[in-house]
Amino acid sequence: MTEQFDYSLVDWSRAQFALTAMYHWLFVPLTLGLGFIVAFMETIYLKTKNPEWKRITKFWMTLFGINFAIGVATGIILEFEFGTNWSNYSWFVGDIFGAPLAIEGIMAFFLESTFIAVMFFGWNKVSPKFHLVSTWLVAFGANLSALWILVANGWMQFPAGMHFNPETARNEMLNFWEVLFSPVAINKFLHTITSGYVLASVFVVGVSAWFLIKKRNEQFAVKSMIVAGVFGLLSSLFLAFSGDTSARLVAQKQPMKFAAFEGLYNGSHGAPLMAFGVIPGEKDSTSQNYLSDIKIKIEIPNVLSYMAYLDPNAFVPGINDLVDGNKEQGIMSATEKMDRGKLARKALREFKDAKKNGDTILYNQLKAKFAEPAFQENYFKYFGYGFLNDPKDLIPNVPISFYSFHIMVLFGFYFIIMFALVLRFIYKGSLFRKRKFLYLLLFSIPLAYIASQSGWVVAEVGRQPWVIQDYLPTVAAVSQIDASAVQITFWLFFAVFTALLIAEIKIMTKQIKIGPTEGGN
Amino acid sequence: MFESLSLLALQQYWWIIISLLGSLLVFLMFVQGGQTLLHIGKTEMERTILVNSLGRKWEFTFTTLVTFGGAFFASFPLFYSTSFGGAYWVWMAILFCFIIQAVSYEFRSKPQNFLGKKVYETFLLINGALGTILIGTAVATFFTGSLFSVSDLNSSRWEVASHGLEAALNLHNLSLGLAVFFLARTLGLLYFINNINNRPILDRAYKQLWLNAIPFLFFFLTFLIWLLVRDGFAYDPVTKVVSMEPFKYLHNLLAMPVVTVILLLGVVLVLYGLFMAMFKAATKGIWFTGIGTVLAVFSLFLIAGFNNTAFYPSTFDLQSSLTIENSSSSKYTLIAMSYVSLFVPFVFAYIYYAWKAIDKTKITEEELNNEHHKY
Ligand code: HDD
Ligand code: HEM
Ligand code: HEM
Repeated sequence: MTEQFDYSLVDWSRAQFALTAMYHWLFVPLTLGLGFIVAFMETIYLKTKNPEWKRITKFWMTLFGINFAIGVATGIILEFEFGTNWSNYSWFVGDIFGAPLAIEGIMAFFLESTFIAVMFFGWNKVSPKFHLVSTWLVAFGANLSALWILVANGWMQFPAGMHFNPETARNEMLNFWEVLFSPVAINKFLHTITSGYVLASVFVVGVSAWFLIKKRNEQFAVKSMIVAGVFGLLSSLFLAFSGDTSARLVAQKQPMKFAAFEGLYNGSHGAPLMAFGVIPGEKDSTSQNYLSDIKIKIEIPNVLSYMAYLDPNAFVPGINDLVDGNKEQGIMSATEKMDRGKLARKALREFKDAKKNGDTILYNQLKAKFAEPAFQENYFKYFGYGFLNDPKDLIPNVPISFYSFHIMVLFGFYFIIMFALVLRFIYKGSLFRKRKFLYLLLFSIPLAYIASQSGWVVAEVGRQPWVIQDYLPTVAAVSQIDASAVQITFWLFFAVFTALLIAEIKIMTKQIKIGPTEGGN
Repeated sequence: MFESLSLLALQQYWWIIISLLGSLLVFLMFVQGGQTLLHIGKTEMERTILVNSLGRKWEFTFTTLVTFGGAFFASFPLFYSTSFGGAYWVWMAILFCFIIQAVSYEFRSKPQNFLGKKVYETFLLINGALGTILIGTAVATFFTGSLFSVSDLNSSRWEVASHGLEAALNLHNLSLGLAVFFLARTLGLLYFINNINNRPILDRAYKQLWLNAIPFLFFFLTFLIWLLVRDGFAYDPVTKVVSMEPFKYLHNLLAMPVVTVILLLGVVLVLYGLFMAMFKAATKGIWFTGIGTVLAVFSLFLIAGFNNTAFYPSTFDLQSSLTIENSSSSKYTLIAMSYVSLFVPFVFAYIYYAWKAIDKTKITEEELNNEHHKY
């Protein structure tokens, strides 16, 4: 953790991580949801013995395979990028963070990759039951992968179950179950996997709609749509529910992120929910612009307080309260936190120097100090703030957070209505005639991807400047390499991933056009 | 159960797991080796047979690599941060070799695949050739050292601007890189011989075996003999001070007879499998050479990390060298992870079971014509 920060290095490293994560996330949600959809279909096939269902299963399974391969290709980069680009972070938190990653490999990835071989190549080699079990295990394995990485991410948003060891200068795990069952981790997991189910359902419904528009394979399309419609409706209802819980947890654990995505500059009792607004541009370090309030907006009184604390009159802190502090509400100012953080960092430095100089008295004194709960609570808790230079560094990008959050929520409600209508029209048998609606379904596919990417942008951009909330800012987490090196790999990744994405889309569309007939038997 | 172990015992336990994963990875790189030998298929059908034979296994190699990385991160995070963040270019090059592999099987023969079959086959070739050489070279630095320093706050920096590329200029590293490359090809051939039932392919595979097994033995022996005579990185178990010790790795073998036995057994099995295939045209050579490979590589990892040896030495600042003691996770984490490691035998069991189910029939032209999911 050097004092000299190379900001262009940090920015390129962030850009590279964002790029690879966002590409990975283009493919993962479809895997998460399509895995189950295919498993439902195959189950129906085994129950009904109707070969039509086998063809349906195989068709979607082919698309699953194409998508899966590229998900794997992008995933491996992410894992190693923790080391290559965030090496200080890898040490500082590796004791806690590494474990879920390793468990993911041992428990989830092997499950997935083993049974995927049976799922694809086993049709003529293993019994139908064994095949079905394999398909379920693949779906289950994919979701188990998501569990562990999201536990890791949940821990970054809300560190729990650890303590700081001054000897090794890192955080060490005290309680594995607290890490695993942290409410943030659990909620993140549930919300994220269901978002995958919704995306996959929108995908299946949309592609099926295309067959209906083309008046091809109509039996196949309607059957697929029923499975995806039911799955999608249930998932999207749960998605809204778990999203609401997510927001409440963010309000408690990461109030700055909450204020940013709600666009709340000045906190108040009975805070209103801003349903629509135009957010002023970037914070401006020379003027007091960041203190300004929003001019153009539509507000619903008291709703925000209720959402955040289930109490219409609760106080919700705004960005300004969190930066300047608010004595009345007992919120410490950023400057104060930074001073305390600097003291904590200084104590660590003194501790290391005492050790180097063989000053055992001072060494033992400081060691005892680190162990004191009062020091932990009043100073060490703000360790990360000691790296910051300007209170305004604490503010994430408000317009990006605000808009992405609102886009996600808007689409979330839209999908509920969409799935309900799909099922209703199928039930009434009028779906075939509603051509405009079919087109709408087809064009909803990209919306699901937008919503899903926006969700991660809210979560990740909103937690800036932190990699580990309150403990480690992004600037202090980065590997000491040349910014130009990261720049080169950024563009290489960009080129390779984009080429592969184009290939994937072309192959997918071709396979869809070929349709289920050839995919069968 | 694991709670009663000492921190050192846990560190050793995890070094053993890492070594096991690493040695399995080297064995599974028969997939990479096979990818460099697609030219032994002369007709379109023969190539398809070769690609499909490998295509049903590539995921295992890939997943083992991912798990190897994850397990290393969890158990020795200081290695993860020092090596990956420092030897940036080597690891990035390895990663590129693997991204392009992951899509190639699935995309290769699909219509409208944008880049064309040839490009995907080239991706497989690059992955097979460069990936194996680079991994071998990177692992060799466990014995030859790298230029980095670690501060008292455990933040590390690489001390040469080439960020890892310098490792490829060291001949001893390269000898391991090339040994791994030819080993992977040899294993790939033995795998084809075992997995495929197609006369022309088999004839060519047996012929190719000579061209790869002999260079492999040459490079491997070069590496091994060099290793046994070179100075190694020892640390004092009490003061933890790192120093150079002549014949350190030879001493390690003498100090740990079990490891010596594993190494010798491994070498004998490798040779036996090769002998069977080359002189008796046996089809089961892969099992002997494969198990032998696992044992031999396993023993090399053990002499890199055990018996008070620094497994990731720094030639820039000896005292920055990483040992299993100074780079590991906390005791609590190692214990928690050790419970997770109990899943490993279970994982092996279902992989074995699934493999058996898929490999029941050998790959032939006829089998492929009936296959719906074909690469
Ligand atoms: C199809 C995608 C999708 C849809 C329609 C929604 N979400 Fe979402 N949301 C995600 C996909 C997603 C996600 C990609 O899965 C995220 C990113 C990080 C995470 O934990 O889940 C996420 C994060 C996320 C967060 C931030 C959590 C954090 O910062 O840790 C909140 C507060 C919400 N969501 C709330 C909602 C609400 C109230 C929705 C209303 C229906 C909603 N989301 C719909
Ligand atoms: C940024 C952190 C992430 C890392 C380091 C990471 C790592 C990886 C790796 C290494 C793979 C390839 C595994 C293999 O060999 O089979 C992979 C695939 C996968 N990852 Fe991620 N991942 C990340 C984010 C996520 C998230 C957020 C999710 C889910 C919510 C997820 C779910 C999956 C799934 C389901 C797969 C299987 C392949 C696929 O879906 O196409 N990953 N990931
Ligand atoms: C797959 C879904 C994900 C997406 C789309 C995503 C997106 C992003 C974005 C946009 C950034 C840049 C933020 C900024 O610098 O302003 C970022 C940074 C980062 N994310 Fe994620 N993220 C995902 C999952 C994860 C997970 C699961 C983890 C960890 C377990 C993770 C760890 C990180 C880290 C370490 C950084 C770099 C440091 C930083 O900028 O704070 N991400 N991600």
